[in-house]
Amino acid sequence: MNHVVNMSDATPQSLHVAELKVREVRDQWTLLSLATPAILIIVLVILVPVGWLFYLSFVGSDGQPSLEHYRKMIEYKSYARVFMTTFQVSILTTLICILIGYPLAYFLALLPKRWTGIFMLAVLLPFWTSLLVRTYAWLVLLQKNGLVNEFAIHIGLWDSPVKLVHNMTGTLIGMAHIMLPFLVLPLYGSMKKIDRDLMYAAANLGASPIKAFWQVYFPLSLSGMVAGSLIVFVLCLGFYVTPAVLGGGRVVMVATQITAILENQFNWGAASALGVVLLVATLIVLYVAARLFKFDAALFGKN
Amino acid sequence: MSWWSKPASDTQVTHGDRFWLYVVVLIIMLLLVIPTFIVVPMSFSDSQYLEFPPSNWSTRWYEVYFESSKWMRATVTSLQVGILTMLVATPLGMMAAYALFVSGHRAAKAIFMFLITPMIVPVILVAIGAFYAYGRVGLNNTITGLVLAHTAMATPLVMIVITAALRSYDLNQERVARSLGATRLRAFFIITLPQIKFSVVTAALLSFLTSFDEVIIAIFVSGGANATLTKHMFSALRDFIDPTIAAISTIMVLVSTVLLLATQFISPREK
Repeated sequence: MNHVVNMSDATPQSLHVAELKVREVRDQWTLLSLATPAILIIVLVILVPVGWLFYLSFVGSDGQPSLEHYRKMIEYKSYARVFMTTFQVSILTTLICILIGYPLAYFLALLPKRWTGIFMLAVLLPFWTSLLVRTYAWLVLLQKNGLVNEFAIHIGLWDSPVKLVHNMTGTLIGMAHIMLPFLVLPLYGSMKKIDRDLMYAAANLGASPIKAFWQVYFPLSLSGMVAGSLIVFVLCLGFYVTPAVLGGGRVVMVATQITAILENQFNWGAASALGVVLLVATLIVLYVAARLFKFDAALFGKN
Repeated sequence: MSWWSKPASDTQVTHGDRFWLYVVVLIIMLLLVIPTFIVVPMSFSDSQYLEFPPSNWSTRWYEVYFESSKWMRATVTSLQVGILTMLVATPLGMMAAYALFVSGHRAAKAIFMFLITPMIVPVILVAIGAFYAYGRVGLNNTITGLVLAHTAMATPLVMIVITAALRSYDLNQERVARSLGATRLRAFFIITLPQIKFSVVTAALLSFLTSFDEVIIAIFVSGGANATLTKHMFSALRDFIDPTIAAISTIMVLVSTVLLLATQFISPREK
């Protein structure tokens, strides 16, 4: 041990304190070093390549630094349409998920403990199933002579097969199905934390069940709903597979456009610039939400 | 008093009053689960076209799948990459989660935030970034490249699962072991690990599935002899509806259902 403390003017006690401090700091650093392999892999696979793309997005077609790719994004109408579609799909999917997910989470939170596990499977099973498989299933279900059309005609909802897939409708149905667990799980978590006595108190003080729900239960469940909606919205922004398959080329979102640029023009600058805009949009959404709703507390369970 | 008029909640609502909620939720649950399982009967159809219910049953699409060298090779690749990702991401994520949770260092929170960036950065960006960077170092179309990328995606999930487990575990037990002379390493392996082992298993299965089901990165950085199952499935979906996909999907649903049930029922209540 290298004692930095001078032996002559140190009492044995202060010596121990200093030694313990040294050990504590060393212990902390040993511990932190356990995280290095994980840090290294994220730096190599995420940070460096994304940084590289960031750099490429500022290099013009002549190899000189330029804002060419970003300027094109503002000038060309097609880009505006892509961004519009992306936001439209993301907002609509989030709204559908809230509409469907809230009653579901509410029901799950009400269940007696021994039933929760079984009913929870309805949420977890799709969550654990490949999204490619689920997208494929919807493609099959929604096609012209698919089960949904046959069933709707059978019960008289419409007379002739309706086009449900390879368009916006199909995309939204598939996206909502895939995103729903991301909303329901945090929402369920926040509902479980609500103190049941508050509902008793509301009823005791004369609130009708509906009033008690809207004035007590609903506001308390908001933190989970916001966290869940945010996850859904952010995931939607960069989603690729489902719009590509169920949209059938008619629903062009940012991710689809990035792939198209690379496949058709092999233009790394333009694709990177679009990717950078997507990332920045995602970060802005998260930042604003963090500011407005203390989001990180809701996500990491620190509240 | 019948079930219908029994109070259902803490307020004055009866089951009858909110029967509508039960109906709505039942429909939602069916809508969630049916699309997951609809591929099963479809895969046993004899027809070239996907009809429901199938008029003739057969296992021909399974035969096509098992006899196709393309599909078999892709399956082996996917399993290989999935297992390797699981073997790398689980210890990496566990080490990081433990380190950051226990150290209490000022930087711990910032490092945690940094390590979960793969969940925030849009996957398409990770995919094209890896594709570009791998192109420079010759990692495209290799198992190594794919495992590296999938490990980066799976590590944050492992960390979140393990951190949650550590949060509900009393770390004082480990301190006791250390004060009795065990090294930190030994204390972790004989005291802490046995108590969080089901979370570790869940994290491992989750990282396997993350890799096995991953599509976008695989589309870009895997190819040739090392193309994954999901890459082939995706291109098949874009071209036409091939019933072989239904057979493969059924197998994938089976795999994830088994893994999920394993985490739900094998584990006793770990709290």
